[in-house]
Amino acid sequence: MTSPPAATSHVAPQADHADKARTVLQRVADLRAWLFLAFLIFGFEIWSRLSFGGTFLFNPFNIQSIAVFAVAPLLLATGQTFVIISGGIDLSMGFIMGLAAVVAAHVINWLTPGLGFWPAVLLGSLVAVAVSAIPGFINGLLVALLKVPPFIGTLGMFGVARGVAFLLAGGTTVPVKNEVFAALGNGKIYGVPYIILVTAVFVLVMHYLLGQTRFGQHNYAIGANAQAARRAGINIKWHLLRLYILSGMCAGLAGVLYAARFSAGAAQAGEPLLLDSVAAVVIGGASLFGGSGTILGTVAGAFVIAVIQYGLVFINVAPFWQFISVGVVIIISVLIDQAQRRFSGGRQSE
Amino acid sequence: MSEMTPIGQPLLEVRNLSKNFGPVQALNDLTMMVRAGEVVALAGDNGAGKTTLIKAISGVYQPSSGEILLQGKPVSFASPQEARDIGIETIYQDLALADNLTIGANIFLGREPMRRAFGFLPVLDRAKMAEAAKSTMALLDFHVSRLDAPVSNFSGGQRQAVAIGRAVYWNAQILIMDEPTAALGVPEQRKVIQLIHQLKAQGRGVIFISHNLQDIFAVADRIVVLRRGVQAGERRISETTHDEVVKLMVGG
Ligand SMILES: Nc1ncnc2c1ncn2[C@@H]1O[C@H](COP(=O)(O)OP(=O)(O)OP(=O)(O)O)[C@@H](O)[C@H]1O
Ligand SMILES: [Mg+2]
Repeated sequence: MTSPPAATSHVAPQADHADKARTVLQRVADLRAWLFLAFLIFGFEIWSRLSFGGTFLFNPFNIQSIAVFAVAPLLLATGQTFVIISGGIDLSMGFIMGLAAVVAAHVINWLTPGLGFWPAVLLGSLVAVAVSAIPGFINGLLVALLKVPPFIGTLGMFGVARGVAFLLAGGTTVPVKNEVFAALGNGKIYGVPYIILVTAVFVLVMHYLLGQTRFGQHNYAIGANAQAARRAGINIKWHLLRLYILSGMCAGLAGVLYAARFSAGAAQAGEPLLLDSVAAVVIGGASLFGGSGTILGTVAGAFVIAVIQYGLVFINVAPFWQFISVGVVIIISVLIDQAQRRFSGGRQSE
Repeated sequence: MSEMTPIGQPLLEVRNLSKNFGPVQALNDLTMMVRAGEVVALAGDNGAGKTTLIKAISGVYQPSSGEILLQGKPVSFASPQEARDIGIETIYQDLALADNLTIGANIFLGREPMRRAFGFLPVLDRAKMAEAAKSTMALLDFHVSRLDAPVSNFSGGQRQAVAIGRAVYWNAQILIMDEPTAALGVPEQRKVIQLIHQLKAQGRGVIFISHNLQDIFAVADRIVVLRRGVQAGERRISETTHDEVVKLMVGG
């Protein structure tokens, strides 16, 4: 690798201009979720000032409620971000979350009399997260080894996890009899709820995992061109297996935090959140075709949804407008993604 | 990985190689050689066995009989990965790039360098990847200013250079290309021909398949013509003509 390059022509310098314009556009598109979020908060602020002279944004209670509201969808959405970037989807996360909540409730109740409050909480939470790895593992086997399309494989697991969760819960919610668990689920430190702290740390770890590790890098490569990844020596099966275990465990953590917050496990805990999680990822700038997306974008996406849901209640609009607004934001996001795809893909198809 | 072979010395030899798929004899007793710093073109009609030959050399197919020698030593590969590990790299027609990643990330795909942030946290060493991308691309006389852009932003010829750059970075001795110019426009084809000249100047061996005699005469040192799995002829480019090559291809 030491011979000097011979003198030859120069590669299309005029391409640089177009590249820059394209990069700027990409940046804007990447930031779209944050722009949506700023726009929404601004809108609610104006509305609440005009209609009842109060503030929306500068009320700490609002901020905290929105954040607590966003915890579970955000946890699901971080796992979903990885899966969607890889070109897949995990439809089972909602019921894996419910399953984990029920398992946490049962195990903590079962252990508390013998072990005391704290050990029961710690062990019960660990067991619940570990159990959530099982459906994730099976999803991984289906997708990686048996080549089942992720949509179908995880749809099957959606049903299985749902059934198992309801069976374990005996068809009802399972109250937790452990005061430490309840205190953790609702307690605060310096005014910040523990569950928000846990979520924030977890999201940071996931951000690191996606952006700074080989696992994250391979995830992007597989989503863009699985064949290229395979030829580069990446073990795709092993990657996908770990990927679906990871998304299952994200749902498991969400389930444990749910059980702590409500002092109860419920099979349907995550039912409405699955679609919110996919929406958060898409609003956050990921493409459902795989290959793109970021955790920070997903954070913004999850907050866009939470702000819409909370804000509309706050300004007293009929709750059904939530569905319409979130739906409209999703559609706009996808349109931006497609415009961007067409713009930056133009060269490839030449 | 082996030392660079001095220019002009035999790098790769294929001896009496045969490959059949059931009753189909795709390659029949084929012998050829590539020297360091030499570009060998494979030509022949459709179905002549060109792709089969390079797949046997790059570890995709196991030969039915015959042997392959690298720098005089017999080698055999159970997988393309094994061939790559000893310096035989294939540039696939569909390029095998992850379009959403940078040039550096593509060069290092699957073997990413890590560094420690804050002294303990392992993170991808993007600076090293960008540096390698820059120097490798410069070696191919391809000067990129946009090292943080995904390769989807680049043109077909530039992307071909990235794929070749990856092979060069990992010190491939032999580069095999199946119709590297087929999907490109004319200026891009020229650029790829230039890249092949660069590889030659660096003392690597290049085998490329092409249906385009123009390209072959522009860059190859020798041409090996296949016809129905057998070697129909071998010529030095300086001593042959388009007409002669066409005759060898069609037989007659
Ligand atoms: N995997 C396979 N199984 C069975 N037959 C095969 C296989 N691969 C190639 N062949 C046969 O071997 C012969 C040589 O094919 P090969 O692909 O090497 O030709 P080629 O010279 O690359 O042709 P082209 O110019 O069309 O790419 C053909 O008759 C083909 O049908
Ligand atoms: Mg062929």
